[in-house]
Amino acid sequence: MRRRRDQRIKAKGLRVYVALVYAFLFAPIVVLVLFSFNNSRRNATWKGFTLKWYSALFGDSAVLDAFKNTMKVAIIATILATIFGSLAAYALTRYHFRGSSLYNGAIYVPLVIPEIVFGVALLSGFNAAGLGLSLKTVIISHVAFMVSFVIVVVRARMSGFDRALEEAAMDLGANEIQTFYLVTLPFMAPGIMAGALLAFVLSFDDFVITFFNSGVGNTTLPLKVYSMVKFGVTPEINAISVFMLGISSLLLLLTYRIQSGERRTVQEPDKG
Amino acid sequence: MIQKGEDLLSGGAAASAPAEPGLVGRGLARLRGRRFLVANILLAPTTMWLVLFMVLPLLVVLVYSFGSRGAFGDVVLGFSLHNYAKVFSPLWFPIILRSFGFAAVATLLTLAMGYPLAYFIAMYGGRRKSLYLILIMLPFWTSYLIRTYSWIVILRSQGVVNTVLTSLGVINDPLNLLNTRFSVILGLTYGFLPFMTLPLYASLEKLDKSLIEAAQDLGASRLWTLLTVTVPLSLPGIVAGTLLVFIPAVGDFVTPDLLGGPDQTMIGNVIQSQFLSTRDWAYGSALSFSLMAILLVAILLYVRKVGAEELG
Repeated sequence: MRRRRDQRIKAKGLRVYVALVYAFLFAPIVVLVLFSFNNSRRNATWKGFTLKWYSALFGDSAVLDAFKNTMKVAIIATILATIFGSLAAYALTRYHFRGSSLYNGAIYVPLVIPEIVFGVALLSGFNAAGLGLSLKTVIISHVAFMVSFVIVVVRARMSGFDRALEEAAMDLGANEIQTFYLVTLPFMAPGIMAGALLAFVLSFDDFVITFFNSGVGNTTLPLKVYSMVKFGVTPEINAISVFMLGISSLLLLLTYRIQSGERRTVQEPDKG
Repeated sequence: MIQKGEDLLSGGAAASAPAEPGLVGRGLARLRGRRFLVANILLAPTTMWLVLFMVLPLLVVLVYSFGSRGAFGDVVLGFSLHNYAKVFSPLWFPIILRSFGFAAVATLLTLAMGYPLAYFIAMYGGRRKSLYLILIMLPFWTSYLIRTYSWIVILRSQGVVNTVLTSLGVINDPLNLLNTRFSVILGLTYGFLPFMTLPLYASLEKLDKSLIEAAQDLGASRLWTLLTVTVPLSLPGIVAGTLLVFIPAVGDFVTPDLLGGPDQTMIGNVIQSQFLSTRDWAYGSALSFSLMAILLVAILLYVRKVGAEELG
């Protein structure tokens, strides 16, 4: 009895602390959202609600170009990284061969190299190869750092796969290719989708690696935000920021829904 | 950690066991050969990409680091260690020390915030667990650049904090909050807090709660239970979290660039300026390699120390 009360009291202290940490995490985001609707250039006191910073944004051709570039890079790089990463994840969970555990470890290297080192290495590499910087070099660079993320996500999904399902399909007369398309691939699909969404967000938000490998005139949204911030704080930056935060949040919610659906499909056999 | 290292070194010894003699053995060997082939075809795009766009570029940086700056900002190849001598000279080395210092303080702060947070979600999350988790994932998924920028809006002289304090009459002149050591460490802590919390949560969630109850039934106090049972059992999460925060924090250049002034320059800023404005790529390359080498040594020492404690 005494302990129960203790526990509640302790949890109360913890609850307050946790609430403060959450406030710390979200206060800056709330401030950005609030001031993106504030009818004041000076930006620090509330002068009424307005949407003019957002309409200014959609009328700004430089911002629209940056958005187009960002989408182009993110879509192409996501497709490439998802295909490469899914094939690799399949190979790594399915086949154990000489050096496979070395390979499994090596895919973490791009995840732990400091981003700036990765960025300048790619820049040096393109320079040494005589490749001029363009959106192409940005796409190449993004695929290089995204593919490991896709492998990690898809591999996690594959590790829960019961190979008896494949054997059952083969016993029922499916050949190897049919088995892959009808059994294995549908099981992998939520993992592939989650990996693709993560890759897309990483590319969409990437600043450091893009900064070093885009060259002159190939601005993406994060680069545009950076150059605007360097000129000074304006309400338009808040509006772009909130727009970008909105896209990332939507994609996170989508991923979460896919993954909770995934958990349900895995649990179903237990219930029956 | 250690086991994984051995696994890496042996390079999948199990797969390379000698084939059994005889007909069955030959059949098995052929099967193994075919599997190896299929696996390599599936891995080929990733392998090719990572070799061309990670391994080779890093080698180029290594080669550049022994060269020197040409008259037009190009790299003159050679073999000289003068760039490395410059990295460790009294003029530049303090910047490296500062980067490690800032990153260490930020890592401790994220641990102090992230551990109770992860503990709360794992132990008391209840039905709202996934909501709490999504709220941690959200900053993790959103742009680091934008989250850093948001602190300029809050801290600058006409920012939120100064406006509120002035209008309340607490201060007359705006406080100088931006471009200080405080703002850079704050930015790093804020930016990397989710990277600490998520691995901590993963290991606290897996922890067998009956061990905590057992310790308390045997008369251990809450604090003693936390220190001798919960924390040691969540050590893998602590190790993963500190590495995930510390490594990117040391090399960060966005935070010191946006929230810091000339006195808060970190190694990331120096690397950036060597490549983009000063155009001494050779020296920038030496800085990059020195950063990776020092990080590697620090990580090995850390993992060995924590690993030894875990065993002892």
